[in-house]
Amino acid sequence: MQIIFQQIINGLSLGSIYALLALGYTMVYGIIKLINFAHGDIYMLGAFWGFYVINEWHFNFIAALLSSMVIGAISGVTIEYFAYRPLRHSPRITALITAIGVSYLLENGMSYSFSSNTRSFPQVIKQHSFDVGGVLISNIQILILVTSCVLMVLLQVIIKKTKMGKAMRAVSVDADAAELVGININHTISFTFALGSALAGAAGVLIGLYYNSIDPLMGMTPGIKAFIAAVLGGIGSVPGAAVGGFLIGVLETFFQAIGLSAYKDAVVYVVLIAILLILPAGIFGKNVKEKV
Amino acid sequence: MLTVNDLSVNYGVINAVKKVSFEIDEGEIVSLIGSNGAGKTTILKTISGLLRPKNGEITYLGTNIKRHGAPRIVAEGISQVPEGRHIFPGMSVKENLQMGAFLIKNKAKIKANLDEIFERFPILKDRINQDAATLSGGEQQMLAMARALMAKPKLILLDEPSMGLSPIFINEIFDIIQKINQQGTTVLLIEQNAKKALSISDRAYVLASGEVKMTGSGKELLANVEVQKAYLGG
Ligand SMILES: Nc1ncnc2c1ncn2[C@@H]1O[C@H](COP(=O)(O)OP(=O)(O)OP(=O)(O)O)[C@@H](O)[C@H]1O
Ligand SMILES: [Mg+2]
Repeated sequence: MQIIFQQIINGLSLGSIYALLALGYTMVYGIIKLINFAHGDIYMLGAFWGFYVINEWHFNFIAALLSSMVIGAISGVTIEYFAYRPLRHSPRITALITAIGVSYLLENGMSYSFSSNTRSFPQVIKQHSFDVGGVLISNIQILILVTSCVLMVLLQVIIKKTKMGKAMRAVSVDADAAELVGININHTISFTFALGSALAGAAGVLIGLYYNSIDPLMGMTPGIKAFIAAVLGGIGSVPGAAVGGFLIGVLETFFQAIGLSAYKDAVVYVVLIAILLILPAGIFGKNVKEKV
Repeated sequence: MLTVNDLSVNYGVINAVKKVSFEIDEGEIVSLIGSNGAGKTTILKTISGLLRPKNGEITYLGTNIKRHGAPRIVAEGISQVPEGRHIFPGMSVKENLQMGAFLIKNKAKIKANLDEIFERFPILKDRINQDAATLSGGEQQMLAMARALMAKPKLILLDEPSMGLSPIFINEIFDIIQKINQQGTTVLLIEQNAKKALSISDRAYVLASGEVKMTGSGKELLANVEVQKAYLGG
């Protein structure tokens, strides 16, 4: 029983990071129907920024987190502006291939400029664990969970209550109608990239703290897993991405715990195949019917 | 108020609108009628800034607006109710209406507009918190018109507001159009239901394959034999 709780705690910590990433995939997909394969690399940029400012400028955790969210947002908006915006009216496959290109550019660009070595992430917060009835919970895990939940609640508030959030939803469901009420599509898309990429930047710092190690290719696998989490939740659905992220995290940790570490990634891909076969719209996705 | 001069619009190489000219004076109801594919929707979308013209001028209150984007045109006082309603699914009736006032900053003003809308469309008030996607077709049409009115436009562009509605609802929609007009909003109306449209229009233009074929007052066109043959079912 304790083992199960332990794995749930571990799974939720990892899952909350996937959830933060999955939110970016789902929001961007919702608004421009693009699977932004470069999203995982923004998370890598966030981690490297955190690494840099903690080591060089002695930022504390909060400052590192917030500043890498800003860096994430700037990167996301810049990528959209230069790489995706010119292709807005091109076939979707063109933008998709461009996204893969941007991803390679960031990965190899970082490797080339700063070497592809794995670095150990500075521990801004000293790790210690609490024993709760035999289940070990570290302060870092609590920090990850709390930070992710705060960010997700904040995101939800932005989407539901603010004007820009409403504009995002309007553009997602009907871009022409949104323009006809006066919404600026370009600003709204930039805003969406900024939000999603800020979450990825935050996730980068959190994973650095959790796993202690970062490298220029660190975004690839988590990026794909977060994408699967978004598909599992129903791509385009914000609560779906959060739930999907937690589920994938827990699933992966369980497979690791029962001694199938070698298969923990494979199992996530099996999930993808299974959803596509059984529940193509995902848990929260709906098949939208239009009334004529 | 609005003058369209020699307007041509292309979709790629397809020339959907060919040198169309017409004008609307302040306070009028003007109709564009014509069969499917005549280019009516294309003209409206070009006025509202969703499409860019290939040639020609669109002058609104003295300024050439053909290069202005849709949000700017809304701000300048032209609102379009698109063909097929295009309400925002997943948002409540109230949220849809609030989106209509997206460019209005003053909260008290939005509230006042909303109250005014609910007075004119009591059906919407009863369904204020319902998901707009679950409204009936007629209710969605009302919502689409109400959403456009939330921006307090000087000129409203209506694209087939009676499409797919029952006769009673159609009468109601046409009543509303006349009331909106009496309260000072100029109306550009596109309709398949030519008889009804002509009967409430000050003037109308008949379009066919992207060109203006005929023009006159609503009464004249209703009485015109050719128009009767082509658009009024004999
Ligand atoms: N996005 C598009 N791409 C290519 N051609 C288009 C596009 N939209 C419209 N057309 C063509 O332009 C012509 C005019 O279309 P438009 O929608 O303006 O007609 P309409 O008069 O509004 O017809 P209806 O009464 O059926 O709504 C049609 O031949 C149509 O096929
Ligand atoms: Mg049309």
